[in-house]
Amino acid sequence: MGPSYWWMLLGMALVTYIPRMIPLAVLDGKELPPVVSGVLRNIPYAVLGALIFPAILFVQEGNILFGVLGAGAAFLIAILGGGVMSVVLGTIAVLAVYSLFM
Amino acid sequence: MTNNQFSAGLKAGTSIAIGYFPVALTFGLLAKTAGLSIIEATAMSIFVYAGAAQYMSLSLITLGIDPLLIVMNTFVVNIRHFLMTASLNEKMQPARKWVKAIYAFGITDESFTVLATGKKGKIPTAFAFGVTLIAYGSWVIFTVIGHIIGANLPQFLQAAMSIALYAMFIGLLVPSMKGNRKVVMLAALGAVIHCILYFTEALSTGWSILVATLASSILVEIVYSRRGKTAESMFIREEEV
Repeated sequence: MGPSYWWMLLGMALVTYIPRMIPLAVLDGKELPPVVSGVLRNIPYAVLGALIFPAILFVQEGNILFGVLGAGAAFLIAILGGGVMSVVLGTIAVLAVYSLFM
Repeated sequence: MTNNQFSAGLKAGTSIAIGYFPVALTFGLLAKTAGLSIIEATAMSIFVYAGAAQYMSLSLITLGIDPLLIVMNTFVVNIRHFLMTASLNEKMQPARKWVKAIYAFGITDESFTVLATGKKGKIPTAFAFGVTLIAYGSWVIFTVIGHIIGANLPQFLQAAMSIALYAMFIGLLVPSMKGNRKVVMLAALGAVIHCILYFTEALSTGWSILVATLASSILVEIVYSRRGKTAESMFIREEEV
């Protein structure tokens, strides 16, 4: 890779950092209208839904069952009251066993 | 006190570090395959620090795409973080702008969700530094290791570990869903809209996550503010009676 790689990297770094930084640095201490802050408070849960589905179904190419099994295991452990770490490790364990024997 | 919050942040971010392990390892490996030196690959993880965009840039580099287009693609893929930091800003403890500008660098899908769902009340700045630092450290270190060893994990483990980040998202979401119909609606609607956008190929990934999140957040807010108003007016009527 030549010098153009480093210019590209600089560009990628800036366009990634600026959207992350502006709201935290600029909106700081500003009172937003209640409707706007209501919508903003909803975002973590809406984004979790969008991040999980449909991507979790495609973690293994060409085998949706694998993703379905993983999602099922994760939801089950979480509903039974497992913490985040137990959900992560438990789901990995379930799928590791599945891929070893399937 | 601050130290405690920092360690608590490191601890809360550990599941991200586990989830990044296979993803960053594979990134290091693919970067090597795409012809990037270890310095070039690690520099991307250090300065850009954005999983999906980094992966995409590799395939675009291999295809010989104009670097300017790769930068624009990165912007589109990462614009969703604007929404996340705007939301996070509502929950963060007040701090100097330059301090917030530092941890802002570490806000990814994963660190955002860990921070935003973790604590009742305001999130301490030291906690945010703990979460973002362990995630960032793991991303950079495993990129290096992936490039050096140039090989995947054993097949069964690689496959199983690729679920880690999604399992983490589920582990963060479910406790908030219990007894909270609004959270259930938000997540379900976000998922459904994203699936529709994905399967109809209406938008590229970066935009579709952003649109699905925003649409769900706004729609549910409208439903709840209407309900709030009807409940209020019924209450007033009862009082009048």
